Amino acid sequence: MHRAIEAIWRIESARLIAGLARVVGDIGTAEELAQDALVAALEQWPTEGVPERAGAWLMGTAKHRAFDLIRRRKTLDHKHEEIGRSVERAQESVDLDAAIDEEVGDDLLGLIFMACHPVLSKDARVALTLRVLGGLTTEEIARAFLVPVSTISQRIVRAKRTLAEAHVRFEVPGGAERIARLSSVLEVIYLIFNEGYSATAGHDWIRPALCEEALRLGRILAELAPAEPEIHGVVALMEIQASRLVARVGPSGEPVLLLDQDRARWDRLLIRRGLKALERAERLGGALGPYALQAAIAACHARATTAAETDWPRIVALYDAVAQLAPSPIVELNRAVAVGMAFGPGAGLELVDALAAEPSLKSYHLLPAVRGDLLRKLGRSEEAGDEFERAASLTENVRERELLQRRAAECAAQGST
Amino acid sequence: MRVLIMAKEGEKSEAATPPTPEAMAEYQKFNEELVKAGVVLEAGRLYPSSQSKRVQFNGKKRTVIDGPFTETKELVAGYWLWQVRSIDEALEWLKRAPYDGGTFEVREVIEFEGM
Repeated sequence: MHRAIEAIWRIESARLIAGLARVVGDIGTAEELAQDALVAALEQWPTEGVPERAGAWLMGTAKHRAFDLIRRRKTLDHKHEEIGRSVERAQESVDLDAAIDEEVGDDLLGLIFMACHPVLSKDARVALTLRVLGGLTTEEIARAFLVPVSTISQRIVRAKRTLAEAHVRFEVPGGAERIARLSSVLEVIYLIFNEGYSATAGHDWIRPALCEEALRLGRILAELAPAEPEIHGVVALMEIQASRLVARVGPSGEPVLLLDQDRARWDRLLIRRGLKALERAERLGGALGPYALQAAIAACHARATTAAETDWPRIVALYDAVAQLAPSPIVELNRAVAVGMAFGPGAGLELVDALAAEPSLKSYHLLPAVRGDLLRKLGRSEEAGDEFERAASLTENVRERELLQRRAAECAAQGST
Repeated sequence: MRVLIMAKEGEKSEAATPPTPEAMAEYQKFNEELVKAGVVLEAGRLYPSSQSKRVQFNGKKRTVIDGPFTETKELVAGYWLWQVRSIDEALEWLKRAPYDGGTFEVREVIEFEGM
């Protein structure tokens, strides 16, 4: 019974908190009210049985507490009079449950926008989103980010306080604000995904679970706001990247680079879903945003049955578009790799050399790693070996360092023959 | 985790008559709710067993058997592939499905290490 209630809670908690946040105006109170409803369920359901419409039961229970709370607040503080009136009006309406059902979609969107509000730090947005939308416990979030539980609980408490102090309203923003707010939401979802995706070292179940959670949030968002191309873009990117989760780790835990991966181990279902999401983004028209462009690049790899079949000229064109939208030295480096594949290592090397003086890449291990790769293809093994050595000294990832040292050794062997 | 839901609808699996529009609408409403919750990865309906085949393996020998098949209770009429956080979550979703007969089997999909 307890497990069934827990499962129902996972299904309902985000909608519950969202519906309550709309009524009471802040996430902290909404979450407390939802928790109260959960406690009531844990008390009553084991003896009375799970109600047929468990979600509606939880919402009804929490809502009554919310109205009590508002009435009390109202008598205490006239500031809340306005909310009180709107609640009374709502109570008078015959079918409040139906109204709540209909607005669930908008409520969830409102909650996502609130939890990802730019007034919060990135860390706070991530933690709050996982908590109120993912239904993860503080302990689970802490485990996922390898930090103490107290850090996360403080982060969440502070985030709620910041939202209240900044008088952040529960709303689905429109117009120009919507674009900025949406990009913050997408950033949070993709951050969660990457936290799980880049964790090649951690064998803890929760870290890959972060990828799943980010995907789930992305998929939900794509249905809540289907007219936003960049949502489909970020979903497409995550689906395609997730399709390689298994193939990107070798038998002893070492990273396997994209072009060396066994493509038979790529998850075809996720690739198909990713390509479909990308199509949805493209069908909405207009220029592709940064996520959709990255997804389009990932799709070039996904569509190629073998590494040799990769459409590199198209990848170069897509990186050109990314560089125009969001220029950065990292994008330039990726573009150089693609140019090297499409038009020969010499052309790639020229671009990489142009980045050598870039201060932000000074201690970035992939710069010498890429340079080493191009030099090796040009037959300049000795220089290539030096670059791999340098790359190995810069990375903090043990597995990656081993891989780079191995490549350096291969170059040394080649140079001596 | 991923779970496969196999719909074993008994006699209904084999019926040539399609479900009523009302039943279809109810199913679609439920399926839409699942999609909106980010649960559905894939879904499909299958033709009756009269249109299906079986291949039996016996050492080197392969025998093709034509449908229809008799053990109607075990025949799969449709499937879902869901992404959920636990088997219990799958069960809670499934209990909300608008069906009045049949058995639905819930099986966890084995995923490779690291997934």
